[in-house]
Amino acid sequence: MKFTINVWRQSGPKEKGGIATYKVNNISDDMSFLEMIDVLNEQLIIQDIEPVVFDHDCREGICGMCSMFINGEAHGPGRGVTTCQLHMREFQDGDTITIEPFRAKAFPIIKDLMVDRSAFDRIIQAGGYVSVNTSGNLPDANATPIEKQDADAAFDAATCIGCGACVATCKNASAMLFTSAKVSQLSLLPQGKIEASERVLNMVKQMDLEGFGNCTNTGACEVECPKGISIENIARMNRDYISASLSSK
Amino acid sequence: MALTGLFLCSFLVVHLIGNLPLLSGDKEAFNGYAHFMTTFPLIKIVSYLLYGSIVLHSIDGILLTRKNKAARETDYVKYNGKANASWSSRNMAILGTLTLVFLIIHMKSFWYEMHFGSVPTYISEEGVELKDLYTITVAAFQELWYALFYVISMMGLGFHLWHGFASSFQTLGLSHSKYTPIIEIFGKSFSVIVSLAFASIPIYLLLS
Repeated sequence: MKFTINVWRQSGPKEKGGIATYKVNNISDDMSFLEMIDVLNEQLIIQDIEPVVFDHDCREGICGMCSMFINGEAHGPGRGVTTCQLHMREFQDGDTITIEPFRAKAFPIIKDLMVDRSAFDRIIQAGGYVSVNTSGNLPDANATPIEKQDADAAFDAATCIGCGACVATCKNASAMLFTSAKVSQLSLLPQGKIEASERVLNMVKQMDLEGFGNCTNTGACEVECPKGISIENIARMNRDYISASLSSK
Repeated sequence: MALTGLFLCSFLVVHLIGNLPLLSGDKEAFNGYAHFMTTFPLIKIVSYLLYGSIVLHSIDGILLTRKNKAARETDYVKYNGKANASWSSRNMAILGTLTLVFLIIHMKSFWYEMHFGSVPTYISEEGVELKDLYTITVAAFQELWYALFYVISMMGLGFHLWHGFASSFQTLGLSHSKYTPIIEIFGKSFSVIVSLAFASIPIYLLLS
């Protein structure tokens, strides 16, 4: 397969970026999108052009590192996939593909397609944990009965890999899907209920401080989420946030 | 946004029922309704709540849009919004602005005239002095461009509600696997019925 690649090049966080156009040939339709970028980079190295910088790690859809906004969608046209799980057979031979970094004020560009998503880490630090006594008398995790429905909902929320596709795709660059998944995975379980009010208030506060936008319920995030996290989590977080705000001292 | 929006939805229902006499040509019923709405004390209180809601909803909308625009400093070169979200959900600010512009013109034409303008009065069959808003309204919609502006505005309102109704429940955290689908269907039916019913009034008056 042959492609024309329009890719965002930006040499540094403060530099002015722009689209550069390259041609790639001999791409197998079984290649993942990242492998296609690898081929492009090999070609650029031979041509003595600096290769395109992009984030990647596990290449099996579980780490959440690969980003890329491909043809106007986070992780490209596939559903329920990260960029490393997107295959070139999803495109037509001869297509022009536009690749941009995830864009949000809270995700500053480091270089080319690589963005700094540590804003997510700071949201987690603000409350995405459960306080457990670990000084030798660790409680048995399975000793507390948990309703199957709650356990399933918590697990579904916990499948969030923190890739940032929700922010990238949201027209408001809102991080509500991510934050609500992290709030839900803990607050649904008895161990997480103790700190639930404080958690939702602190995590939402941090989310706002980072400069993410607000949710207007377009639902784009759940469509583009590689893990299919539902916007039901956002409703749950709104509910928890309203009751926590009203009852907080 | 959600609370004021839902309150404004409830107003739409009352306003629509009150204006239905325009379709049956019932001058007495319409003028009687207009008289009641401008004089009954309880309605006065609710009307201030309504003006407040319109202002709050608008200010909230402006602040929200500004904040959301600021959250993405550089726009995408290519953004395929239709791949994952409905058109109305992506254009709430534009649809809301259109509705606000409509509302200002609408209130100038009828609300202002009724309260502060010189609407001719007459004595009704029950012996009450009524302002003849009916004749003014019917006359206004004889103008093609004016009726057309109303119809377009109602379509804008319809699309605004298409997303807005169910969205407000989501914002308030009211999501449930059993009730959310019902709320969504109700919201979409509400938006279609309300906008078509309102639009039918200028069309009817223009053609009759």
